[in-house]
Amino acid sequence: VYRLHGRYHEMAPNVVPMDYTKDPDVKLPMQLIINMPELKENPFKERIVESFSEDGEGSLSFNDFVDMFSVLSEMAPRELKAIYAFKIYDFNTDNFICKSDLEQTLNKLTREELTAEEITLVCEKVIEEADMDGDGKLGFADFENMISKAPDFLRYGFKNKI
Amino acid sequence: LSFSREAQLFVEKFEGALGKGKGKKFYAYKVMMTKKWMKFQRDFENFKTACIPWEMKIKEIESHFGSSVASYFIFLRWMYGINMILFGLTFGLVMVPEALMGKPYGSLPRKTVPRAEEATAMNFATLWDFSGFAQYSVLFYGYYNNQRTIGWLKFRMPLSYFLVGVGTIGYSFMIVIRTMARNANEDGGGDDTSFNFSWKMFTSWDYLIGNPETADNKFASITTSFKEAIVEEQESRKEENIHLTRFLRVLANFLALCTLAGSGYLIFFVVRRSQKFALEGLENYGWWERNEVNMVMSLLGMFCPTLFDVISSLENYHPRIALRWQLGRIFALFLGNLYTFIIALMDEINLKASSLFAFIIFNRHLGKDEDFQQLEEEKIVKYNMTIWEASLYNGTIPENSTAPPIQVDPADVPRGPCWETMVGQEFVRLTVSDTMTTYITILIGDFLRAVFVRFFNYCWCWDLEYGFPSYSEFDISGNVLGLIFNQGMIWMGSFYAPCLPAINVFRLHTSMYLQCWAVMCCNVPQERVFKASRSNNFYMAMLLFILFLSTLPAVYTIVSIPPSFDCGPFSGKTRMFEVISETLEHDFPSWFGKVFGYASNPGLILPFILLMVLSIYYLNATSKSYKEANLELKKKLQSVRNRKLLI
Repeated sequence: VYRLHGRYHEMAPNVVPMDYTKDPDVKLPMQLIINMPELKENPFKERIVESFSEDGEGSLSFNDFVDMFSVLSEMAPRELKAIYAFKIYDFNTDNFICKSDLEQTLNKLTREELTAEEITLVCEKVIEEADMDGDGKLGFADFENMISKAPDFLRYGFKNKI
Repeated sequence: LSFSREAQLFVEKFEGALGKGKGKKFYAYKVMMTKKWMKFQRDFENFKTACIPWEMKIKEIESHFGSSVASYFIFLRWMYGINMILFGLTFGLVMVPEALMGKPYGSLPRKTVPRAEEATAMNFATLWDFSGFAQYSVLFYGYYNNQRTIGWLKFRMPLSYFLVGVGTIGYSFMIVIRTMARNANEDGGGDDTSFNFSWKMFTSWDYLIGNPETADNKFASITTSFKEAIVEEQESRKEENIHLTRFLRVLANFLALCTLAGSGYLIFFVVRRSQKFALEGLENYGWWERNEVNMVMSLLGMFCPTLFDVISSLENYHPRIALRWQLGRIFALFLGNLYTFIIALMDEINLKASSLFAFIIFNRHLGKDEDFQQLEEEKIVKYNMTIWEASLYNGTIPENSTAPPIQVDPADVPRGPCWETMVGQEFVRLTVSDTMTTYITILIGDFLRAVFVRFFNYCWCWDLEYGFPSYSEFDISGNVLGLIFNQGMIWMGSFYAPCLPAINVFRLHTSMYLQCWAVMCCNVPQERVFKASRSNNFYMAMLLFILFLSTLPAVYTIVSIPPSFDCGPFSGKTRMFEVISETLEHDFPSWFGKVFGYASNPGLILPFILLMVLSIYYLNATSKSYKEANLELKKKLQSVRNRKLLI
């Protein structure tokens, strides 16, 4: 935790106090966090920061910061990771991953290299594969069911080293 | 909520310290060691991956061009490994002992450049042609002496030469079949394609990436992987008009057959012409006539595959299947070329041998007459040599007692024909010219074309990048087949020219670097990127076939044709494999020879062969039944899972 605090501090030394006993109310804006080396190349960096931020705007207090790294670390349990993964991929925060969320995810992953018809094809296939209750979008149960069978999820999905 | 999470993290971290007093330190120590061990394991995995040669290059190519192009480079790397081992065998067990312990250059007639050629022996042109100095060295068959043991180690040179020759072939068979078996195993393994697209979307990004270049590669590989999956999906959804497709496919096959026949006839025609030239003496003709056969074969090899490519666009197959048809057709083309080349070679051996002696009056025949003709030539040479020796004594006064042996410089002794070295030389020349052709094609066809398109696009009437020349795609089939046929050459020729594996190792090494650079720099990915079949078994099957074909000539010569009497480690014997019986006589105790004699009785060998055939059939049957049982179990598992979900 001390190391995390060190990193948090060095991002904005004049704002973050070294002493947390008085429980000050300090938040770091999204721009600073996105530029951290661990997150810089990540296509989902904005979504990651937004989903951990309490006020939904993207500014992280130190508590949120610690939360983020704890979930991303190796030791977090699988269910927790699945919950946060769902939040990250849910762009419009309606607790469902609908078709437009999928399209945005795909565009971020491929940096918009695919044509429009390829994108529609992939999104349709994903909904066809994973949607168990037939509502045309992925609820959390569908997502969890699909992720739990994936061999790569734990390995590549959410590991981080500090 | 956030407080409770923080508390959870704290407790997890200091769990060991909060435990019972006695075990506290030990527990903390254990936790630290576990962490260090995990880190060490990860580093070691990274190190192992970094040690695989060219792994990074191939991964980069895979992420930009797809797994099918990368499969070519993986195949190339695997070939390189095999050639290294072949090189180790020939170099260590054949070339080095002869160079270190055999008689040095100039001591024997077979090891010396003849007086007539001495003037030009060191010229670069002669050396490039692998005659002159290069011919009379450890690089070729003719240099080796037929002494049974050489040096203070009593190294049995002829035996070693024979065993290395047989051993390279045996090793190659073994490793090709082993790789095929391993690939077949992997193929039957995980076939889980449910949630294919979903997994690709949600789990393909590696959150550990911090380096922008790696991120670039990762983006490219994700895009390529999506494109591959999309192609698979589109193919499975395609609807076809069956009758039209069938008609077009028949038409395409007919056109391909016409092309093959045309190329065969062209080669036949050119070979006949070159024989006519040779009869009239090669000095009267320029460079083109002398190298006509080689050039025509290379040109055919360059243009016919493109023709096949155009024809295959009629057929409308899944890209992977289209690739296989393409490979098959080009394979047939190259086989035809090779066959006619071998016929030309057999004729040329006879030509060179007979041109040495002005008073040879026999016609050239193929096949059975060869033996007869060889013996005749040798008789003539021996007769010639006795006359020549007698002429040496002419000057001295013949005494009744035996005359002292006259010292003659080995360079002046007349030589017999040495067909093995000639064959070896032809193979080496072919390999070199093939390499040169490939490199020049890459440089001109890909690089210059890319430069032209890139720089002339501004001042040209139509858009060069999308229109006619545009950037070239990587030609998988041509390159794979080139590699396989090149390897066939090496297998055929390495018995006669121990230097061939060395040349090939060098060629593969440079080819890897050159092609990796050319692919990344001048080629664009294909429009429809498709996933290579999970195993490389198609390439392996072709390689096995070529291996079988290329060992046939070598085995035939070992068993049926008598070796040259004047050169090589088997000179003086009637058949090459007699070296084995000689070894059994001299080096092994007598009972061993008796046992071997009993074991090689046909009465024992035939039942043994029958037993092996039956066991192959049995193993095949059991493996089929296992595969079926496997599929059944998988289906059951899937249905159980689905049932659980619905509940």
